[in-house]
Amino acid sequence: MSLTTSAPESPRRRLMDAPPHWTTVLASVVLIAIVLMALFAPVIANFEPTSLNAMKRLKPADATYWMGTDSYGRDLFSRVVYGARVSLMVGAGVALGSIVIGLPLGLLAGWFRGLDAVLMRMMDGLMAIPGILLAIAIVALTNAGLTTVVIAIMLPEIPQVVRLVRSRVLATRSETFVDAAVLLGTAPLRLIWRHLLPSTLAPLIVQGTYIYAAAILTEAALSFLGVGIGTETPSWGNIMAEGRLYFAMNPWLVFWPAIVLSLCILSINLLGDALRDRLDPKMKGRSA
Amino acid sequence: MLSYFLRRLLMAIPVMFFVAVFVFLLLRLTPGDPAQAIAGDQATPAQLQQIRESLGLNEPLSVQFVTWIGRMAHGDFGVSLISQQPVLKMIGQRIGPTVALALVAMGLTVLISLPMGVLAAWRHGGLTDRAVMAFSVIGFSVPVFVIGYVLIGVFAVNLKWFPVQGYKPLADGIGPFAHRIFLPGLALASIYIALVSRMTRASMLEVLREDYVRTARAKGLPEIVVLFRHALRNAAIPILTVVGTGFAMMISGVVVTETVFNIPGLGRLVVDAVLARDYPLIQAIILLTAGTYVLINLLIDLSYALTDPRIRFQ
Amino acid sequence: MSVDPVLSVRNLKVATAARRPAEILKGISFDIHPGETLCLVGESGSGKSVTSLVTMGLLPRGELEVTAGEARLNGEDIVAATPARTRALRGADMAMIFQEPMTALNPVLTIGLQMDEVFRAHRAMRAPDRKAAALEAFASVGLPSPARIHDSYPHQLSGGQRQRVMIAMALALKPKLLIADEPTTALDVTTQKQILELIRRLQEEQNTAVLFITHDMGVVVDIADRVCVMRNGEIVETGEVEKVLSAPRQQYTRDLLAAVPALTPRPARAPHSQDRVLELIEVNKVFSLQSAISRLLGREGHSVHAVNNVSFRLERGRTLGIVGESGSGKSTVARCVLRLEDPSSGAILVNGHDIAPLQGQRALAEARRAVQMIFQDPNRSLNPRLRIGESLIEGPMNAGEARVAALARAGDLLEVVRLPRDSLDRYPHQFSGGQRQRIAIARALMMSPDVIVADEAVSALDVSVQAQVLDLLAEVQQRQNLAVLFITHDLRVAAQICDDVMVMRRGEVVEFGPAGDILARPQHDYTRALIEAAPGRDWDFAQGRRIPEPA
Repeated sequence: MSLTTSAPESPRRRLMDAPPHWTTVLASVVLIAIVLMALFAPVIANFEPTSLNAMKRLKPADATYWMGTDSYGRDLFSRVVYGARVSLMVGAGVALGSIVIGLPLGLLAGWFRGLDAVLMRMMDGLMAIPGILLAIAIVALTNAGLTTVVIAIMLPEIPQVVRLVRSRVLATRSETFVDAAVLLGTAPLRLIWRHLLPSTLAPLIVQGTYIYAAAILTEAALSFLGVGIGTETPSWGNIMAEGRLYFAMNPWLVFWPAIVLSLCILSINLLGDALRDRLDPKMKGRSA
Repeated sequence: MLSYFLRRLLMAIPVMFFVAVFVFLLLRLTPGDPAQAIAGDQATPAQLQQIRESLGLNEPLSVQFVTWIGRMAHGDFGVSLISQQPVLKMIGQRIGPTVALALVAMGLTVLISLPMGVLAAWRHGGLTDRAVMAFSVIGFSVPVFVIGYVLIGVFAVNLKWFPVQGYKPLADGIGPFAHRIFLPGLALASIYIALVSRMTRASMLEVLREDYVRTARAKGLPEIVVLFRHALRNAAIPILTVVGTGFAMMISGVVVTETVFNIPGLGRLVVDAVLARDYPLIQAIILLTAGTYVLINLLIDLSYALTDPRIRFQ
Repeated sequence: MSVDPVLSVRNLKVATAARRPAEILKGISFDIHPGETLCLVGESGSGKSVTSLVTMGLLPRGELEVTAGEARLNGEDIVAATPARTRALRGADMAMIFQEPMTALNPVLTIGLQMDEVFRAHRAMRAPDRKAAALEAFASVGLPSPARIHDSYPHQLSGGQRQRVMIAMALALKPKLLIADEPTTALDVTTQKQILELIRRLQEEQNTAVLFITHDMGVVVDIADRVCVMRNGEIVETGEVEKVLSAPRQQYTRDLLAAVPALTPRPARAPHSQDRVLELIEVNKVFSLQSAISRLLGREGHSVHAVNNVSFRLERGRTLGIVGESGSGKSTVARCVLRLEDPSSGAILVNGHDIAPLQGQRALAEARRAVQMIFQDPNRSLNPRLRIGESLIEGPMNAGEARVAALARAGDLLEVVRLPRDSLDRYPHQFSGGQRQRIAIARALMMSPDVIVADEAVSALDVSVQAQVLDLLAEVQQRQNLAVLFITHDLRVAAQICDDVMVMRRGEVVEFGPAGDILARPQHDYTRALIEAAPGRDWDFAQGRRIPEPA
């Protein structure tokens, strides 16, 4: 006989069950700090992020320029503070967009078997195109605004969401409470809404955090390759891309934004892991 | 087994079809006129018209698509708009370093992440487990190019163990090849190692709870046999799956890594092609990598059959 | 007894390794002697499986730990032994077989290799000798063509064959102690009978001591020499099996025995209604498993005739039992009646209307009201995220009933199934399995059905709870004048609640008639075999005595 035949509990209860791990607390603090930094950037930054100063090019960090200055004499700290805005917005846009598009597709694919075959081959096709190539192409062929970058990064993430939702629906479908609902005369769309959708939400929120983190990384990579958002709007990616040219002279031009970016992503990933352990102990794998 | 293989093969056809549709739509529907891009800003309307006609841009989309697909099917991927060379030839010249880099990264990944994941699952909750998990979450959080620069800074600039940048083909001897490809290989592998070790751990944790693992222990088998013969083989399928889907991620890494380490591979070629709006070259490279992705995942589907007799005897 | 015991457990305590440990075993003691079978019998949560895991040194690390006591195998304390020492003992001096033969063997390794490992781990033998020993072990458990078994993978064998392989592996090195944890629970009765006989025979040949864990009193009668009745981590009562069963000293044991349904059919109820609510006419269901590829290759696809020409009729107020082993098609019949599955041919008349050709929820609305279902697993049949009230009113609201009215009725019906009204606002995980099955009954009643289909509705429950749910079902049947279609593998349950019985095998009806006739005077060989295989059939649990062999 099994030792652990405990009944499935409501997710809300599991979320509140035990005190959080210290890494989770730390990650939350870091993330909140970064979000506040982005929100109150004009207050926090000592300089306008775009104000040039030819006299103060490539200065090392000191009491005025906390992270030094870049090749145009702009204050690196201020640029990093403002850069948080773009990165966080890209992450949010990609995470929300891919879920808003992927969730209904996944629900339909999981329930209507005829649709499933076609839709999933389409998603396989989309997955087969390496995300960064697709993104580079979209950004380079159109104009590199914030919206374009968000769409370009979002498209390759959609299949991941569809696959996750679909697999959840397929698993839930085999539960007898779904059969019971059919027997109670519940119509398909209502059944999906009431019985299948809720079971996809917990893993979807977790996946959303991972997508958020991955999107910030991809934005940085795009900027690094020179196809990201224009440098008049600082983002962590394009600050590093510019700093790269002077890497030999002052590696901190790359390392400062890299540290902030990595801390931000590390925090999001840690929070995602913590959420997953609480909400959804079964989902241990992750997609990138 | 045969019907399993054929079914997988047949499924790849619609997938490649959709890849072609996406690539076609991507290049035709993005704002901006290809003819304008080719001819440049000073072109007269007549010149533009001529280019449009020669590219078939005036036909309906569906007709364009069919002729386009037809040409691909005959192996005609067109000529670069910039260098006027056949794109397949250009790709051929640059593919070597990229394949070498990908294979080295893949090898490093398997060597490092499998033992790490197995060990972490076995000592679940212990210090090793936490170290592996910490390593993997950090691997996910640091951009590949930053890892590249850190590796260069530490091992090339300070310790001078490796050259800073550059590439030598295997034909120049294994020593120079390995010497130059190790750092980029490691940088590229970092995120992959994080991914695969994490999946190995998760999959092993799942399998270690299975009844047959308890049976193996009840027979009094040594732990190493239980872990590697009984558990790892059953944990293999999700690991293989993630190796396959991770290939797309690897390509992203390749593009960045080649830039950091100045390796003359496909990654650099595609960035240059995009910046120059070299349509035939862009589409050929995307189709080629997508085709490789589909092929790799087909091979992985086949390897399922080798690890699991239930699929083999289907 | 003068011989030393093989296994001697003294004051064994096990607790969870949590911050606030919960005691799972509260100090149990027992002995097993060579050649003896000791049964640990108890309901779920009694701690019987944990006892076996301690003995094998297989407690899940970091979850459960021994807090006191000892378990001596031939005088050597296993609890205190080093991991290397327990590993040497496992498989050689003590061996174990598990409940689920389908998952207990490694699916990706051949049977031969898994057998070979036993010899390699404990004996210095050369490869040809090991193979010969393996083949001999397969032969000794009555497996056909040992050489073929040796090269097979687990999925190529049936459940019974896999359990034989497990037994062969366990007994290959002639251990002093065999632990069998519910080894036949997942098997069909006819297979169960063969496996029990096999364990008995090998035990006598090798003079093995057997620790046999079961929840089934019938199995206890068939296999035990002595029995320990367990409850909540304690041994309530222990003794010779006949003594405990005929003169139980504890109330708990008496209750357990009283809850075992008798195999003799209850007296038939007089038919009081000619109102035919459900009728099946020559219903067939064929599952075709041919893929598009094999059609292309011109291969024969194989199809499974899951339901073959099944006809029956069911009147208001009556209970029809469909009895059969796994693969008999009994559940598919139920799913066709409920139109969760589309029948391939035939008619399904509900209140005289054929529902077989109807498609879509709208067309089926009336049939959905008239035919309701109670599922096997109460843990899965209620949506864990919905309050009980929401689950109960889902059907009526689909049919257009107002929410307030439906909720009021739901509260009334909860009282009918003897649950407090305020259960409406609670979630399924706050209820036990038996309570959830009551809620499922209430949910079915909300639709005011004419027929209730119960698919193995009490199989997942402990016997004492089983009896309560069956009583409740009989009560609501009486009250609402319902027809019940009861699907079960358990002849005892069928004997107690059915007016008519239909025996199925491989999709076909073997025998159909009044329960009294079929179970008391079976005409068909298969029915007879089923009845003979029912565990503990020569014991009368109500009277506490052996049933004399019919002259």
